[in-house]
Amino acid sequence: MSILEVKNVGKRFGGLQALSDVNLSVAENSVHAIIGPNGAGKSTLLNCLVGKLIPDTGSVMFDGQSVLGRKPYEINQMGISRVFQTPEIFGDLTVMENMLIPCLAKRDGAFQLNGWSRVVGQRDMIDKAEEMLRDMNMIDKRHMPAASMSRGDKRRLEIAMCLAQDPRLLLLDEPTAGMARADTNNTIDLLKQIKDERDITIAIIEHDMHVVFSLAERITVLAQGTPLVEDTPDRIKGHPKVREAYLGESQDAA
Amino acid sequence: MFGLEKRDTLLLGVVVVLTLFAPFILNPFPADSGLAQFNAGYPDLMQRFVIFGIFAIGFNILFGLTGYLSFGHAAFLGVGSYSAVWMFKLLSYNVVPALVLAVIMAGLFSALIGFISLRRSGIYFSILTLAFAQMSFNLAYSVLTPITNGETGLQIYTSDPQYLQSVDAPSFPNLFGAAMNSSTTLFFGGWTFTFSVGYYFCAIFLILAFYLAIRIFRSPFGMMLRAVKSNQQRMNYTGLNTRPYTLAAFVISGMYAGLAGGLLAAMDPLAGAERMQWTASGEVVLMTILGGAGTLIGPVLGAGFIKYFENIFAKINDNVLHGWFAFMPDGIEDAMVAIIHPFVGKGWHLTLGLLFMLVVIFLPGGLVEGGQRLGRVFRRKDKNAGSVEADAAQRRSEAAE
Repeated sequence: MSILEVKNVGKRFGGLQALSDVNLSVAENSVHAIIGPNGAGKSTLLNCLVGKLIPDTGSVMFDGQSVLGRKPYEINQMGISRVFQTPEIFGDLTVMENMLIPCLAKRDGAFQLNGWSRVVGQRDMIDKAEEMLRDMNMIDKRHMPAASMSRGDKRRLEIAMCLAQDPRLLLLDEPTAGMARADTNNTIDLLKQIKDERDITIAIIEHDMHVVFSLAERITVLAQGTPLVEDTPDRIKGHPKVREAYLGESQDAA
Repeated sequence: MFGLEKRDTLLLGVVVVLTLFAPFILNPFPADSGLAQFNAGYPDLMQRFVIFGIFAIGFNILFGLTGYLSFGHAAFLGVGSYSAVWMFKLLSYNVVPALVLAVIMAGLFSALIGFISLRRSGIYFSILTLAFAQMSFNLAYSVLTPITNGETGLQIYTSDPQYLQSVDAPSFPNLFGAAMNSSTTLFFGGWTFTFSVGYYFCAIFLILAFYLAIRIFRSPFGMMLRAVKSNQQRMNYTGLNTRPYTLAAFVISGMYAGLAGGLLAAMDPLAGAERMQWTASGEVVLMTILGGAGTLIGPVLGAGFIKYFENIFAKINDNVLHGWFAFMPDGIEDAMVAIIHPFVGKGWHLTLGLLFMLVVIFLPGGLVEGGQRLGRVFRRKDKNAGSVEADAAQRRSEAAE
């Protein structure tokens, strides 16, 4: 049963055909990686899934409903959470407040004019946020301004914020970009743990093959805006087309 | 208490005490002393402190929390004043319907302007609000003369209907008979203290407005407004629609401005277009930043500070200066007067401008930050640095919870 169905999606920016005829099916409760060389259209595809871009052609169905034409916040309320390449958190707010916001968004919806109630009165939400922080080993940082944390911690906080909403699909855009090896391994462990403990589908865009092969159950290789192959990690590793797309030119030159 | 944290209750208590005892606190000098001109405890000025305090508290809900810098909030102040005066003209001098209409009209007006302006953010939003406010000013000044009485300003004439005005009611804005301009004076030694109905009426609104602001600051709604300022992208991808949040903040601050405008008209029943001019919008921005944007008490301090300067420094003329420096030899006296002259009297704006620059450069958090720094210096004398740090952490945690 696939939770995300991308059919014949195309997107053109002026003279550049960023995506053409992309078909992708992400199975429920799986980890699906989308890889490809720079400029393959990975980020464009992701932006089409979350409502930042509207594809020119094709359809994107999440759990049987079209996401096209919906705003990012509506798509999030449907159950898709996105982790950005550079952590997007509320830097001026404390770690605790950062966790409370997605909890409240999940409970209260896209807008709630509750100017008379108190943050400290939202006991159940605070408990939930604290539990999440404890899971992430960040409970002792809860009063720190989020901007003052290390990059690895910001990344973990962002993932925690997404998970606090109990999304059905978690989209990760190069979650380990610019990270040191140790941080990368921590992130991999965290994602593995999430995958094991939750009923969640993870779609991940990644450059780092180490990350991809540690996590993914299925891999789609994108090249020049169109899917090249889709298969299991083992078969992708030795696939001639993939080697060509990734390494081909340099190997030929060598 | 009142559903507030301990620190906030304390803050509210300070505001209550300061406003209720303002006639004493602002009159520290005996009436016949040379320093009496620095006394600010007369009703007209105290009312201004409080009314512009309300205006700034409301403005801070928009600017301090969401970071949207409106340059057009004076339009809502003006709308409030015009609405109030119209209620005086049509119904009676009772202030209740006047204030109700002032707040409602300002709310509707700000909903309209906010709906359009909030389609943009940053400098474009500021320019849009400025443009709308200047449009309102020009409409009030000329085009809408039948409603606003143009450059003369809207006033109350004996020919006005005042359908509900009873014969024995005071012919000045009043609260069920208690006229806003009535006052009692207390003489105590050399001091004179004036207690006016109008001031205490406004003071009660300031306390209520301040309490409501605390509630909003500490609410999930207020937290979302701070999230708007911090990262709109993350908000959108967290399932939150930022537009209604910013619009709600805009309308709430517009209604605060309307209340302030209504109170201005209640203290002095006339309304002029100049109340809507961009300089008036700029003034509330100055008040908020000078006091400390995003802090609770800052805007009130800023409003008091600026209004004090406007009224007290502006009164110092050359005669007063010569009086001060009379003990000096003639030549030096004249020189001193010449040096200080540009900074006082009509030149009070120069002093205010310099002070504003100093605050923005050295105290980006405004007067509140200055107060906090002073507090820290004094505390460091008693305790060691470690406990100060712990104290700061404690305060942060309290603020968070």
